[in-house]
Amino acid sequence: MSTVASTIDQPPSPGTVRSFWSRLSQGDEVAHIVTLIFASAIILITSLLVYQLWINSVPSRHAFGWKFWFSSTWDPVSDDFGALPFIYGTIVTSAIALIIALPLGLAAAIFLSELAPRKISDVISFLIDLLAAVPSVIYGLLGIFIVVPLMRTMIGPTLKHTLGFLPFFRGPNYGVGMLTAGIVLTIMVVPFIISISREVLLTVPREQREAALGLGATRWEATWKVVVPWARAGVMGSVFLALARALGETMAVTMVIGNDPKISASIFAPGYTIAAVIANEFTEATGKVYLSALIELGLVLFLITFILNGLARLLIIATERGGGRGA
Amino acid sequence: MNLRIIWRKSLNIFMLALTGVAALGVVAVLFLILGYLVWNGGKSLNWAFFTQLPKPVGETGGGMANAIIGSLKLLFLAAAIGLPIGLLAGVYLAEFGGRTYGFIVRYVTDLLNGVPSIVMGIFAYSLVVIPMKHFSTLAGGVALGIMVIPITLRSTEEFLRSVPGSLREGAMALGTSKWRTIATVVLPAARAGIITGMLLALARVAGETAPLLFTAFGNQFWSPGWNQPTASLPVMVYTYAIAPYDDWHRQAWAAGLVLLGLVLLANIGTRLVVSRGGGGRSV
Amino acid sequence: MASATRTARSNNDSAAQPAPKVHMTDQVTTTPVKETAIRFQISSLDFFYGAKQAVFNLNLKIPTNRITALIGPSGCGKSTFLRTLNRMNDLVRHSRFNGEILLDGQDIRKMDVVALRRRVGMVFQRPNPFPKSIYDNVAYGLRVNGYKGRLDDLVEHSLRRAALWDEVKDYLRKSAFALSGGQQQRLCIARALAVDPEVLLLDEPCSALDPVTTAKIEELMFTLRDSCTMAIVTHNMQQAARASDYTAFMLDGKLIEHNETSKLFTTPSDPRTEAYITGRFG
Repeated sequence: MSTVASTIDQPPSPGTVRSFWSRLSQGDEVAHIVTLIFASAIILITSLLVYQLWINSVPSRHAFGWKFWFSSTWDPVSDDFGALPFIYGTIVTSAIALIIALPLGLAAAIFLSELAPRKISDVISFLIDLLAAVPSVIYGLLGIFIVVPLMRTMIGPTLKHTLGFLPFFRGPNYGVGMLTAGIVLTIMVVPFIISISREVLLTVPREQREAALGLGATRWEATWKVVVPWARAGVMGSVFLALARALGETMAVTMVIGNDPKISASIFAPGYTIAAVIANEFTEATGKVYLSALIELGLVLFLITFILNGLARLLIIATERGGGRGA
Repeated sequence: MNLRIIWRKSLNIFMLALTGVAALGVVAVLFLILGYLVWNGGKSLNWAFFTQLPKPVGETGGGMANAIIGSLKLLFLAAAIGLPIGLLAGVYLAEFGGRTYGFIVRYVTDLLNGVPSIVMGIFAYSLVVIPMKHFSTLAGGVALGIMVIPITLRSTEEFLRSVPGSLREGAMALGTSKWRTIATVVLPAARAGIITGMLLALARVAGETAPLLFTAFGNQFWSPGWNQPTASLPVMVYTYAIAPYDDWHRQAWAAGLVLLGLVLLANIGTRLVVSRGGGGRSV
Repeated sequence: MASATRTARSNNDSAAQPAPKVHMTDQVTTTPVKETAIRFQISSLDFFYGAKQAVFNLNLKIPTNRITALIGPSGCGKSTFLRTLNRMNDLVRHSRFNGEILLDGQDIRKMDVVALRRRVGMVFQRPNPFPKSIYDNVAYGLRVNGYKGRLDDLVEHSLRRAALWDEVKDYLRKSAFALSGGQQQRLCIARALAVDPEVLLLDEPCSALDPVTTAKIEELMFTLRDSCTMAIVTHNMQQAARASDYTAFMLDGKLIEHNETSKLFTTPSDPRTEAYITGRFG
C-alpha cells in the first residue's frame, strides 16, 4: 500500500480494480433466467394441478358422463354417484350467505367509507380484516357450540313461528342444517364484501357526492342513489369474490351442515356441499370410481371458482377504471 | 316544514344509523369469537396441553404436543417450498418481466390463489400420497407450500414496485449491474413489506385444515421425520370438536385458542410493522 | 486511475478566436473548443425514443477538466443528451441512438456499460440517497466495484471532496434521510465521487435546492474542476453563466450554439441564443 491516510487530500489509490464479484456482470443474465424459472414454476404447478384433476376424474366421467350432474343418487355400495345433492347444498348455503351478507356488508362498507371519520374507519376496517384471517375450523368450532344450539332453541322456532307457512321453513329443526351452514358462511364472507366495497366506494369521485348534496339530497340519498350506483360494478365484483370463497369453504360448513346427501326444500334440513363431501369421504373412498367421483366434484369446484374469480376481477377493474359510466 | 322533507330526513337518520349498527355488529362478532375462545379455551390451557400426547378415547387429560410439533413441521415445509418460489417469481415480475409473460404469470398466480384449499389437498394427494402410497408430513407440506406461493408473490411484487426508480437509477449510475442493484438496494429497501407478506402467508396456511385431511392425515403419536402422517393443530380442533366427548370438546377449545392466538398475533404484528416502517429508515 | 495525470494537465486556454459563422437555420457542426484535451467527442448524434426523435445530428466536444453547461428550454433534449453519455437511457424501453460518442477515443457503445458508468458518474435532479447510513451510501459504489484499500479513508476523502465531511463526520452511521435536502444532494455527489469518475454528469442538481445550498454546490464544482470533467444541465442561466467554462445552447433537440461561456452570454452569435438568454422565451 502506498501513501497512508495521513494526508487525505491526495486521492488514495483504489487498489485492484474489480474483484470477481463485479466481473459477474453476466450475472444479469443469470438472475433473469433464474427468476424466470421460478416464475414459470408457478405456471407449471397450476397446469399440473388442472391436469391431475382431469386425469384422475376419468373413471367417473366415463362411467357417468353428463348424467353425473343430474343424478341424486350417492351410493358407494353399488358405485352409483350423482352430484345433484351437493350442487344443491352448495348453492343453497351460498345463496343464504350472500342474501344476508350483501346488505349487511354493503351497509357496513357505506358506514366506513361515507360516514365514519377516516381514523375510526381505518381501525374498524383493520378489525374486520382480522375476521377474514380467522381460520375456517375456528368458525366451525363456534358454529357447532354456539350457532347450532341457537338455531335449535331460538332462531329456528322464531322463524317457524313467523314464516312457517313457507316451504323453506317447514320440517324438523335439529340445529344442524343448511340454514346454520349459511349463517356461518355469512360471517365468513362478510369481511370480503366490506373490504372490497369500502375500497371501491372510496374511489368514487368526490364531485359525484357533492353534486348530489348540492341539489338538496340528504346524505343517505346521495349515497344510495349516486355513490353506490357509481360503484355498482365493484360491489358486484366483491359479491362474486365472496361467492367464490363461500363455494370453496369446507371445514366450517361440514361441521354444521349435517352431512346428509339429500335434497330438501326446508333449509332447516341437513344437506351436503361439494367441499364437505370431499372432505368427509375422500379417505374412505374405496374403489376407483368412488374416488374419481369425488375428484370430479373437485374439478367442478375448481372450474366454478375460477370463473367467478375471473369475473370478479374484471368487475373490480371496471369500476376502478371507468366508474359508473354505463355500468 | 312539509311532510315529505320530514320523512326524508328521518329516513336519512334511520338508514345511516343502520349502517353504523351493521359495521359495529360485524366488529362485535370478532370480539365475540375471541371472547368465547378465551373463555372456553383458556380454562383448558395448561402445561399438559403443550407437552403431552393425546390420551386414548375415554381417558381424560392429555395434550396436543404432537399436533403442535406437527404444525410447526408443516409450516417449515410450507415455508421452504413456497417462500423461495414466491419471492423469486415476485422479483421476476417486478424487475425483469416482459409485458405479456408477466401478465400470464400474474394471471395464473391469481388463479392458483383462488383454488379452494380442499382441491389443493386433492392435488397434493395425487402428487405425493399416491406415489408414496401413504400419508405423510411431506404431502401436507407440499399442499400448504403451494398455497403460500401466491400470497408471497403478490406482496413481494407490490413492495418491490414501490421502491422509487430514482434509487435504482442512483445505483446503476455508479456502475452497478442490474442484479446487484436488486440485491443490494431494491430488496433491502422493500424488506419490511416482503417479510410481512411472507409472515402473513404462513399465518394463513397455519390455520388450514382441509388440505391436510388426506395428506398429513393425522396421528395419535409422534411423527418422526417427514414420511409419516402427522397430527396438526387445525385437524385436531376439527376431530375433537365433532367427537361426542366433552373432554375432547374442552381440548378443542384450547387448541382453537392457541391457533387463533398465533394467527392473530402474526396478522396484527406484521400490520403494525408495515405501517411504522417503509421508506426513510436505515436499511 | 488517471486522477494524477488529470491534476497535472495545464490549462490549454486558447487565445480569443472569433466564433464560427452559423446560418440561421443550421445548427453548430464545428465546435469552438480549442483545448487539446477532449474527454467526450460526440459526432452526429441522433437519439430516438421509439419513433420520436429527441436529438438531431448533435456534434459536441466536451473538454477535459472543464465545466460544460447545457442550457435550453424545457424539452429541448438536453437531459436526454446528458443521459446518453453514461447510457442511462438504455434503461428506457425502445430508446436508441445513431452517431458516435467517444470517451477518450473509445466508443461508449462498445464498452461494458458497467465500466462506463464507473468512469462517468451522475448526480440527479432530486437527491436520491439509498435508505442506508451516510457511510454506507458513500461506500456503496466502492463495495460494489470491489475496491481494496481502507474504506474509511476513501469515504472520508469523498465526503471532503463534496464539502460535506465536517458536517457529518460524527454521524456517519446515521440514516442518510436525516440530512437536509442540500446535504443529501452533496451526499449523492460524494457517493458519485467515491468511485473516482473521470466525468461527472449533473442533471439540474440544484433545481430542488435553495439559493444558499446552490451556491455551496457551485463552489464545490469549482474545486472539483481540476480533477473532474463536468457537464451540467441547468435551467438557471445565471448558474450557467457564473459556474461553467463552456456553454452549449440546445433548442428542439438541436445544438444551436456552443462557445466559451463568457462569449456566449455577452456576444451570442445566433439570434435564437440571444432570445433565450435575454428571456424572450423558454
